Amino acid sequence: MSFPQTELKKPPVFSGRNLYYHFYRIRTKPELILGVLCLSVLAVLVMVPLFEIIYDALTFQEYDKAYQKDGVVGEFTWLHLKRVFTGPLSNALFFKPLMNSLAIGAFVTFFGVSIGSGLAWLLVRTNIRFKGVFGSLVVIPYMMPSWVLALAWLSVFKNDRIGGSEGMFTYMFGIQPPDWMSYGFVPIVICLTMHYYAYGYLLMSGALATVDSELEEAGAICGMNRRQRLWRITLPLLMPALGSAVVLTFIRILGTFGTPALLGLPVRFFTFSTQIYASINARNSGDAYVLALVLIFMAITFIWINSRVIGIRKSFVTLTGKGFRQREIELGVWRWPATIGVAVFIVCIVILPMLILLWESLIITPGSYTLEGLTTHFWFGESDPNLAYGEPGVIHSTGIMTALWNTIQLGVSAAVLNGMFGLMIGYAAVRGRGTLLAKWLEGIAFAPYIFPSIALGAIYIGMFSTPFGPMPALYDTFAILVLITVVKNLPFTSRTGIAAMLQIDKSLEETARVQGIGWFRRMAKIIIPMSTSGLISGMLLTFITTMRELSLIILLLSPSNMVLSGLIFSYNEQDMSQHSGAVTLLLVVIIVSINFLVQFLSGGKGLSGLKNS
Amino acid sequence: MEKIELTGMRKSYGKEVAVRHLDLTIEPGAFLTILGPSGCGKTTTLRVIAGLEEPDTGIIQLGDKIVFSRDDGIIVPPEHRNLGLIFQSYALWPHMTVERNITLALKEQKLSASEIEQRLENALEMVQLDAYRYRYPSELSGGQQQRVAVARLIALRSRFLLMDEPLSNLDAKLRTEMRTELKHLHRDLEATTVYVTHDQIEALTLSDIVVVMNEGLVMQHGTPYDIYHHPSNLFVAEFIGDPRMNTFTGTPKNDGGQAMFECGDLSFAMPGDLQPKTGNLIATIRPENINVSKTEREGWLKVALESVQPTGASTILQACTEHISMTLLQPGFIQMDVGDFLWIDVDTSTVNFFDPDTEQNLKS
Ligand SMILES: Nc1ncnc2c1ncn2[C@@H]1O[C@H](COP(=O)(O)OP(=O)(O)OP(=O)(O)O)[C@@H](O)[C@H]1O
Ligand SMILES: [Mg+2]
Repeated sequence: MSFPQTELKKPPVFSGRNLYYHFYRIRTKPELILGVLCLSVLAVLVMVPLFEIIYDALTFQEYDKAYQKDGVVGEFTWLHLKRVFTGPLSNALFFKPLMNSLAIGAFVTFFGVSIGSGLAWLLVRTNIRFKGVFGSLVVIPYMMPSWVLALAWLSVFKNDRIGGSEGMFTYMFGIQPPDWMSYGFVPIVICLTMHYYAYGYLLMSGALATVDSELEEAGAICGMNRRQRLWRITLPLLMPALGSAVVLTFIRILGTFGTPALLGLPVRFFTFSTQIYASINARNSGDAYVLALVLIFMAITFIWINSRVIGIRKSFVTLTGKGFRQREIELGVWRWPATIGVAVFIVCIVILPMLILLWESLIITPGSYTLEGLTTHFWFGESDPNLAYGEPGVIHSTGIMTALWNTIQLGVSAAVLNGMFGLMIGYAAVRGRGTLLAKWLEGIAFAPYIFPSIALGAIYIGMFSTPFGPMPALYDTFAILVLITVVKNLPFTSRTGIAAMLQIDKSLEETARVQGIGWFRRMAKIIIPMSTSGLISGMLLTFITTMRELSLIILLLSPSNMVLSGLIFSYNEQDMSQHSGAVTLLLVVIIVSINFLVQFLSGGKGLSGLKNS
Repeated sequence: MEKIELTGMRKSYGKEVAVRHLDLTIEPGAFLTILGPSGCGKTTTLRVIAGLEEPDTGIIQLGDKIVFSRDDGIIVPPEHRNLGLIFQSYALWPHMTVERNITLALKEQKLSASEIEQRLENALEMVQLDAYRYRYPSELSGGQQQRVAVARLIALRSRFLLMDEPLSNLDAKLRTEMRTELKHLHRDLEATTVYVTHDQIEALTLSDIVVVMNEGLVMQHGTPYDIYHHPSNLFVAEFIGDPRMNTFTGTPKNDGGQAMFECGDLSFAMPGDLQPKTGNLIATIRPENINVSKTEREGWLKVALESVQPTGASTILQACTEHISMTLLQPGFIQMDVGDFLWIDVDTSTVNFFDPDTEQNLKS
């Protein structure tokens, strides 16, 4: 058959009409404009800082004049690299912290993921009692700052090594606990494990819940026996979740600051993160940048290995739990021992530390744990020069109230901005699916994932301590805290944004468009109302993680932008244990109650969003 | 009333060409249906008219206004084309009540409250949904949802209506009902309408003009009568009609001055002026255009029954001789046994002849 064929002739690229056409064409594609906008903002917030610290690490800086008088600022130099990797200080600066970080990372990841998977298995697959209650209690550590356990540990096991007050252990038994028990490697591993098991638990319980139904079907069809099904189906299906749990935990631990600082710094036990902090404090930023780059390099290597082993596509698969009907495994005589075991575990890691900190906040003289010495002075008292250097109780302290206000502001603005950013990235990425722009956008939004928290903090100091383009120097400001928190949470929020957008059928927006409703109105009337329920759990999560954050922002804190977590850290440094205990309790109570409030108001399960993080 | 005109439109997605070439004029106020098998480019065409897809080349004109022309640097976004569009999925906003679904666009146009209220009531009345004004879409049946989508169109008073298989999600009975309503709607609104479907009954009953498409090309463009009776090529002949058209490949013979078409033991008179390039011809005969007799008749062909499928008002019969087989359609509920004999005769005035190579109708 012969039919007319249309010739495709390309108009010249730079003719006036063609440019005119493309101008209008782009105007009709809001997702394109939005995508380019998001991409450039992200490039500035993520990639530029990275290049900036690479540049700084390789050039001579003002502060290097202390070591090399004749250096020219801005010139290329191996100085920082040499000092970190080969100089006389390299052992203390690089190798020891490296070994410590790796060892802590390995131990905590191993124990944490094992405990998390074990708990997940018990709570998802067996007939253990009180599943529901346990299920919501075991994830509470996720809401608490990771260093709460370290604070509680210090309260109990502090010895006379560094002066100041002593802990409950000494008070009760009259003997000093040995150094290895009070500070350094062992307590750091224990405290971190008891916090980071929650990541393993969340990922594995989600995976276990989804795997089962597929297993039932496949098993029934092929007639495999239990063992075969376990090896051929269950384990391969769990591998991605296990891999993600391992990678996630390990990277977080590399970048964690609070616990190693509280338990390590008093005895000069350094990890990578505390060494970066020390270097920045010593005004050797160049060294800190080199260390941060090594940290990022390690994180990338680790992600890469994981994706090679498990397969790129699967390596970041997040499995969300759906409620499948499952056959429970009978624990038999072990049912009650297992139940009691889990209960004791929860008491030890959630309730006991809180009680210890409460007690700590109520004693009048640090280190004296008598019942007569209890006082509410540190909560409600006015300033008294004889107590705690005259620092007033929590409710009268302007410092604490300002920090509390800052913390809440930070949490709310980070959550709101992240929600907006997530929505915009989701919109641009989903509407532009298949284009290069969308791919880049998704990629770059994921990039902060590979920066360990403390390294990102170091990057931001490097970038924003001086004016950058039209942006003024942000050092010491509240804005820089908001900025870094938003960026760090992007990998998660952009994924929630994409998921939320995928649920809105394209035709719903197109209908509005054809009816003459412009882009802003479409967003306001259709896209935003329809996606909020999906975004709310992501925003809640950002809020919670921001409120308790320390590692990410410790390098950027100053008296003018202090938040609660930083304040607790400095109280502890000054050996004001009543205040650090009281403020920690305050923080945890606020976070937990806001979480439950939002859950209650949104009628959903606030914590279910955690499964995706 | 205004026309829609597409000239030389081509649309591809990457390497895949969805519409290869389309010239189409839809007269003011006409009801035009685009009909074709799945994947032939119907939805694409509609979306290009609406402005939701951007063609590779071509000119699109709504009324007097060119809304797309690459060469002239014109591209008018969908917001400004003043169209009404119904999606196959209805695309009702799930978070809004029926009322808000209908009035959102009117409110955005900043119409006065009384005007909006009047249009809303009018639209709801036309689709008989007055009682459902404050329901959410999830609380409505499929047919009611579809009527809300229609009401939304009515209230908008667009100059052009575009509909993409709006009835395909409904059950058979409701579909017949809604078909009538859509026809009324078109008449009342007097809007130029493009209707996309792969259901030929919808196409034949609703339209002024039917466009049959296949693989991104127009196969035929004509009134339902023409499409049915004078298919311009073999694709249209076989695509339209249920049960399917009978096709016979045979040779023309000259029998004492009268041209005859012969295929196996079937032979009938044909116009003498049809001369195929090669020796063969393809003849198509609709099942209902073959006369049937239960008793032997002079000159009629004897065939054996292979199957009998009564559908109620009519019966589909499958019959064969040693050489050929055919489908017959007879009115009434016929009860016969497989293996019974029938005598058939072709109504020669209804036969179409096609060239086997070009597959084009030899008459046109
Ligand atoms: N967004 C897209 N990307 C790539 N190819 C597409 C896209 N949309 C349509 N196509 C292709 O273009 C061709 C025509 O698609 P179209 O949707 O117009 O078909 P249709 O005639 O509406 O079919 P149906 O009756 O099944 O709805 C198909 O081959 C389809 O695969
Ligand atoms: Mg279609």
